[in-house]
Amino acid sequence: MTDAIVAEGLRKKYGDKAALDGLDLRVARGTVHGVLGPNGAGKTTAVRILTTLLRPDEGRAEVAGHDVVRQAYEVRLRIGLLGQHAAVDEELSGRQNLDMFGRLHHLGARRARGRADELLERFGLADTGRKPVSAYSGGMRRRLDLAASLITQPEVLFLDEPTTGLDPRGRAEVWAAVRSLVGGGTTVLLTTQYLEEADQLADRISVVDRGRAVADGTADELKVMTGGDRIDVVLRDAGQLGAAVALLPVDAAGVSVDTDRRLLSAPVTDRMAALSGVVRALEEAGIEAEDVSLRRPTLDEVFLHLTGDDERVKEAV
Amino acid sequence: MSAYALTDSWTMTRRELAHWTRQPVRVLVGLVFPVMLLLMFGYLVGGGRGVEGEYVDYLVPGMLALTMAFGLESTMLAVTQDLNKGVIDRFRSMPMANGAVLVGRSVADMLQSALSLMVMTAVAFALGWRAHGGLTGFLGAIGLLLLFRFAMLWIGIHLAMVAGKPELVQAVQILVWPVGFLSNAFAAPGSMPDWLGSVVEWNPLSQTATAVRDLFGAQGAESGHVGAAVLWPVALLVVFFPLAVRRFGALSK
Repeated sequence: MTDAIVAEGLRKKYGDKAALDGLDLRVARGTVHGVLGPNGAGKTTAVRILTTLLRPDEGRAEVAGHDVVRQAYEVRLRIGLLGQHAAVDEELSGRQNLDMFGRLHHLGARRARGRADELLERFGLADTGRKPVSAYSGGMRRRLDLAASLITQPEVLFLDEPTTGLDPRGRAEVWAAVRSLVGGGTTVLLTTQYLEEADQLADRISVVDRGRAVADGTADELKVMTGGDRIDVVLRDAGQLGAAVALLPVDAAGVSVDTDRRLLSAPVTDRMAALSGVVRALEEAGIEAEDVSLRRPTLDEVFLHLTGDDERVKEAV
Repeated sequence: MSAYALTDSWTMTRRELAHWTRQPVRVLVGLVFPVMLLLMFGYLVGGGRGVEGEYVDYLVPGMLALTMAFGLESTMLAVTQDLNKGVIDRFRSMPMANGAVLVGRSVADMLQSALSLMVMTAVAFALGWRAHGGLTGFLGAIGLLLLFRFAMLWIGIHLAMVAGKPELVQAVQILVWPVGFLSNAFAAPGSMPDWLGSVVEWNPLSQTATAVRDLFGAQGAESGHVGAAVLWPVALLVVFFPLAVRRFGALSK
């Protein structure tokens, strides 16, 4: 089968600023694809183009086998969209909203009503009655929004930062709902600023920065890209961090230091050699360590490494 | 997809009507406000400078036309609020007829205006106003008023598309007053300085008000303005309807 989403060389400018600067993207059918990037990386612009809300200046994109510009209507028949801001009518109740969206999907009055009841039940909103959406909690609103994007069981579902602004409980609710969808064969494109979210939900991840994809792969593949394992050393005395960096048998270029946590962290190639080498060097120099550990890089480090912002690297590590 | 144009437009109209049942106070205020203006100008402000015959017969058509003109601002407000909500994105990402959102808005606003005309004429009747032009004249007058409202509606939609921000609605809400008052709604242009009188006579609102007075058979009403009261709104529609529709299509730019 062909890919559910194909984007090639998408460009979009707002005034002088390029929101998208040649974005390429491929998402296989039935997978969850994470698009990871900082604010202003172009994630929302990409979603708006792929969901036919915005025309690209250059490049082309196909969703569910149809061109998003020339066959916008065909695309709209096959997609669901959960935008960054709740896209429901705040004055109406949840049931009124879903009923309205069902009618606009041309289910007819009776099926629209039935589908509304079904979705309210499934997303735990059956007891909301006539209450207007404006009185819902953030998590409830998000779930209703998600229900609204699933009226016709879309082939491709777009989730644009689905948990931004939610508390941990609301986030867990949305995650659970997204997981339950994937089994049904729906392709999901998920944008997020949270690495944890991409790691939890996505089969593959594209890292986007300044309007283009800078890396693409599974979470594990991306972790390998930053040079594999790291060694973390926590010293008893932060004052000795400088001395430790100078004498440890590691590549000084990749070392990062966090004075508050008395931590230095460095990439390593040979795990065991690095571990024994570090311990020996510290002993010989008489520097006391509280903890020495080997670990895989976190997605945070991968992300910051790939987007290449040194300031952010220093803050995060 | 145009096969669903009617269904979708009806769904969007139902949405607006559901808003009415959700916010009955807002609907009530919308109906009471023009009645208040009518009472204010009928009793408090008095006036009717240069007006022949009964002032109430002069004032009521003027107030009805003015209410239709003020509809511009309520349409603009509603469309602006809608555009600034996420729900419009959902509509646009759905396989629905393109213009249904705007059609729903128009139908709901026209219904509201028709209702408003009913309430106002009922109050006016209680105040002693009478339509002397028979049923045909009455229906013709209501038709002209609604046609005028329809033109205001599309100007309102267009302005909302152009301005797009709630702050700019306020500016229009203020501007609507002088433009509404620079008409013959309350006073005859003959009583004004020459230059002002000419501006006032050119105001499309004045044309509608004069034609409505004529059709209501008000004493001393000028005749021969029905043509202008049809042409003005039609001309405005010819300009603003396509502009507004194009603007709506261009949301994807």
